[in-house]
Parts: sequence; C-alpha cells; structure tokens
Amino acid sequence: MKLSSPASIAKKAARGRTGYRTWRDRLFYLLFVSSVVLGVAGLVTLLANIVTDAWGWLDWQFITSYASRKPELSGIFAPLIGTTWVIVTTALFTIPLGVGTAVYLEEFAGESRFSRLVQLNIANLAGVPSIVYGILGLGIFVLLLDIGRSVLAGGLTLTLLVLPIVIIASQEAIRSIPPSYRDAAYAMGATRWQVVKTIVLPQAIPGIMSGVILALSRAIGEAAPILMISGIVFITFVPTGPGSSFTVLPLQILNWVQQPQGGFQSIAAAAIICLLIMLLSMNAVAIWIRNHYQRSRQ
Amino acid sequence: MRRNRARRHLEQRIVVWLLRLTALISVLTTIGILVSLLRPAYEFFLDVPVWDFLFGTEWRALFVPQKFGVLPLVAGTILVALIAGVVALALGMGAAIFLSEYAPDRVRRILKPVLEILAGIPTVVYGFFALTFITPQLQLIFPDMIAFNALSAGLVMGLMIMPMVSTLSEDAMVSVPNSLRDAAYALGATRFEVATKVVVPGALSGIVASLILAVSRAIGETMIVFIAAGSLANLTFNPLEQVQTMTAYIAQVATGETEQGSVVFRSIFAVGLLLFLMTLAMNILGRWVVARYRQKYE
Repeated sequence: MKLSSPASIAKKAARGRTGYRTWRDRLFYLLFVSSVVLGVAGLVTLLANIVTDAWGWLDWQFITSYASRKPELSGIFAPLIGTTWVIVTTALFTIPLGVGTAVYLEEFAGESRFSRLVQLNIANLAGVPSIVYGILGLGIFVLLLDIGRSVLAGGLTLTLLVLPIVIIASQEAIRSIPPSYRDAAYAMGATRWQVVKTIVLPQAIPGIMSGVILALSRAIGEAAPILMISGIVFITFVPTGPGSSFTVLPLQILNWVQQPQGGFQSIAAAAIICLLIMLLSMNAVAIWIRNHYQRSRQ
Repeated sequence: MRRNRARRHLEQRIVVWLLRLTALISVLTTIGILVSLLRPAYEFFLDVPVWDFLFGTEWRALFVPQKFGVLPLVAGTILVALIAGVVALALGMGAAIFLSEYAPDRVRRILKPVLEILAGIPTVVYGFFALTFITPQLQLIFPDMIAFNALSAGLVMGLMIMPMVSTLSEDAMVSVPNSLRDAAYALGATRFEVATKVVVPGALSGIVASLILAVSRAIGETMIVFIAAGSLANLTFNPLEQVQTMTAYIAQVATGETEQGSVVFRSIFAVGLLLFLMTLAMNILGRWVVARYRQKYE
C-alpha cells in the first residue's frame, strides 16, 4: 500500500492548478454530502411510504383481531402474542448461555486452545446467513429431536442465531471493568468465581443488558429462520404453551405482502408500524440503560 | 474455616464446568449446522451428481422434467449482491469520507446513529419497500419491466448494507493518525486530496473488509429477494428481469407443500450448504484482509 509522497502533492501544488483543484475539492464535497443525504432520504422515504400506506388501518380492532380473508376484518393478535412467546423463550435460553460463554472466555479460559477455537467459531457463526440457522432448526429441532413446528423450536433457533451477538457484547462489557476492581478482591483472598459473582457480573450487567436487548430486537425482526420452522401458516389462535404452533409478526407481514389485493398491502404496512414501534422501544430501553449506568459509574 | 475454603473451591470447580458447557454450545452449533446440511445434501447428491448440480445451467425443481443445475440460482444471487454492493460502496464510502473528514463532531454524532437505523430495520420491511415503492418508481423509467426484478431488490438491499460499509470504513479512517493529514495539509493539499491520497489508502484494509462483509451479508439475505426479486430461476445478468436467488429458493420450498423425503426437499439442503460455504469463505477473507493488510500506526 503506497501513500502519495508529500513531495508529489507539493509538486502538484506548485503547478499552479489551484483553481482546478479547489473546484474539484468542492465538487467532491458535494458528492460526499449527497451520499449521506441519499442514505437519510432512503430511510425517510421508507418510513413515509409505510405510514401513508397504513394510514387509517391501524386501530384497536386491528391489534385485537385474528387474521381473516378480508383485510378490513384482519388483525395481528395471533402474531403479536406469538412473537412475545418466541422472544421470551429466546431470552430465557440466550441470557444464561451467552453470559456464561462470555464469562468463561474472559475470566476462566485464558489463552487455551479451546478458548481460541470457541472465539474463532463465534466470529464465524456471526456471519452465517439467518436462513441457514432456519435449516439448522428444521433439521435438528423439528426433524431430529421431534419437538414439532413449535414455539420452543422457534425460540431455540433464534437463540442460536443471536448468541454470537450476546457473547460479543457481554465480553466487551466484562473487558471494560477496570482491573483494579478485580485485584482488590483477589487481595482479600477471593476465589475467581467469587470475584466474578461479586465484582465482575454486577459491574458488567448494564453492558450485558443492552447487548441482550439489541440481540432480541434483531430476533424479533427475523422472518427467514421462523419461515423454515413454521412454514406459512394461517393461524387464528394464540399459543398456549411452548409446544404450540405459532406465527410471528414478520411472517404475518410477509404473508400479507404476498397477497396481491389492495387492502392487504395496507394491513402489511400497519403491521410493520407495530413491529417498528416494538423495535424502537426496545432500542430506547437499551440506550437508556447504557447512558444511565455510564453516568452513575463515573 | 478450612471447610469453608474447601466448599468455595468445590463451588468454583462446578461453576467452571458449567461455564465450559455453555461455551461448548457455540461449537456444537457449528457442528449442528454442518450435520443438518451435510446429511440431506449427501442423500441429494446420490440422486443428482455433484457435477450436474454445480455446473448445470438449468434449475427446474418444481416442474417435470426436473433439472438441478444451480448456476441460475448462483447467478441471481451474485447479480443482486453485485447491485447492492455497488450502491453500498458508492453511498457508504461517500458517507464514511464525509463523516470522518468533513463533518463537525456534532453533525457526526447525530448522523452516524441515524444511518445505523437502516441496519436495524427488519428485512421483511425492506422487501415491502422494494415491492410497493421502488419497483413502481423504476417502472416509470423502464415501462416494460415486470413487478419482480433484480434491480429493485438490489437497490434496496444496497440501502440496507450501506451502514455496514460506512460505519466500518469510517472506523478505519478515524484510526489514520492526524499527523499524516497535517503533513499533507501543510504541503497545501486540499481536503479532497487528503481524503483520497492519505486517508483512504491508509484505511484501505478496513474499507475492503467492510465491503466484503457487507456483500456476504447481501448474499445471505432472504426476505428482500423472496418478496421483490421473483421466483423464476433465470440464468441472466439483466437486472430488469426476474431472478431467483439461493435463499429465495430455500424459502419458496419451505413455504410450499413439498414432501419431506423428496428430492426437492433435499435440494434445499444442498443449496443451503453451497450458500453456507460461500458466506463462510467471504467472512474468512474479510477478516484475513484486516489481519494481513492492516496499517499499524504508533
């Protein structure tokens, strides 16, 4: 890799092309600004498009009704409750597994070969397409372990999908604790586990929590893995337990987007608004936790 | 006193074993992915020779006579990812240069999270946006274009992966030390010259890696292409035609009524295996680029 030598830049400066160079500088400034503007404009257009499509469709009846063959009678009650079931299941498995792995890697594993293997493995898992996790869930949970196209199978699949995110966020939270805290506890004769239990985890909880919430908000929006688990289903009941079949919001949206009749596009947009509101509030909580505890630590 | 100490050490040993087990889950996930892909894929290749699969130019899984040549699906995948990559490179690099070299700190602190919202929007929402907004706009320019096409899906996917490029590239640009910029400015270089001749070459490894990771993400994306790109395996590089990607084919079979022991059902595992290997190779390449070509600054 070659940096232009200062001499070559100076030579150009001396050539008296200052007018051209200033002109080019301004032109590219405009181009760079316009990439940012285009990105932001894309976001604004996307949101505006959804809001105009959904206008007038999002009401209490829409939230409390089941899906119907008529768009004006349809609602998102089943996928809303289904999403809640799946996300709670995901959280129950993700938090102990993710935090446990992070604590192990940061506090106990040292530089062993096993820990390097796990670390490399996590980095690779983070890049695996979500539909491949769906195939994994279909192959292992639905077909091999035979737990059916159920809430449990969906939750376990999403757990494996977001586990790398939680592990990496938790590792960063643990790493950011000043070593002096640990040293003080060791000096009092604490075992490693006591240090983790009384010093590391309480200090790292805000960072871990915001990582967990961000991971769950990723899981809420995922359609592809759930599609592999449950298929397209017309569900007009809410899950009664982890063994129930279910649908989730993104899948219901997909279902409606693919219906050509006009009204279904509008209720798809209305369901998207509900999904975005859920994501937005989760992200707000994550940001609040981070800011709140950052301030209190200082 | 001594009994207390023995108890503490026993507790620690149990905890360490439990934590090691949680860390093992991530390794088991990788093994699970490989097993759940390889076994049905192997059975598939008993019916369809590997050679015919990899180099066949016709994919007719759902029609008689069936043909399982994967190249049309690969071509569709690459076409959409290529369009997305071009959009993400143009917008993401421009945004990264603007944020890192031009924007005042206050502007940057607002714009960066706004752009990152794009990465957090569920992909089914992008699919909706592509089908109901971008495609009708494109049809004003290309009146003959049908509702499902590679261009619309690719453009919207580019918007989705743009923040990956801009964030990772900007991080790389910010880590180029100011002394290099100051030296160039002192010689009379314009901002554009500093950006393109000092900062971009200095951050090149990070920029290239961000683009590789973003394109890998585009290859693995399912919902946008499933909704907006079409369902016809089409060996073409014309962006105005409909194409089917590897992920969209897997999703199509999952939502259809395919029998579980059939060749078609097994074919999704073969396509999934190819997809997994492609994204894995790109992720390893991306990390290798960073490790190998990173510029080290004092």
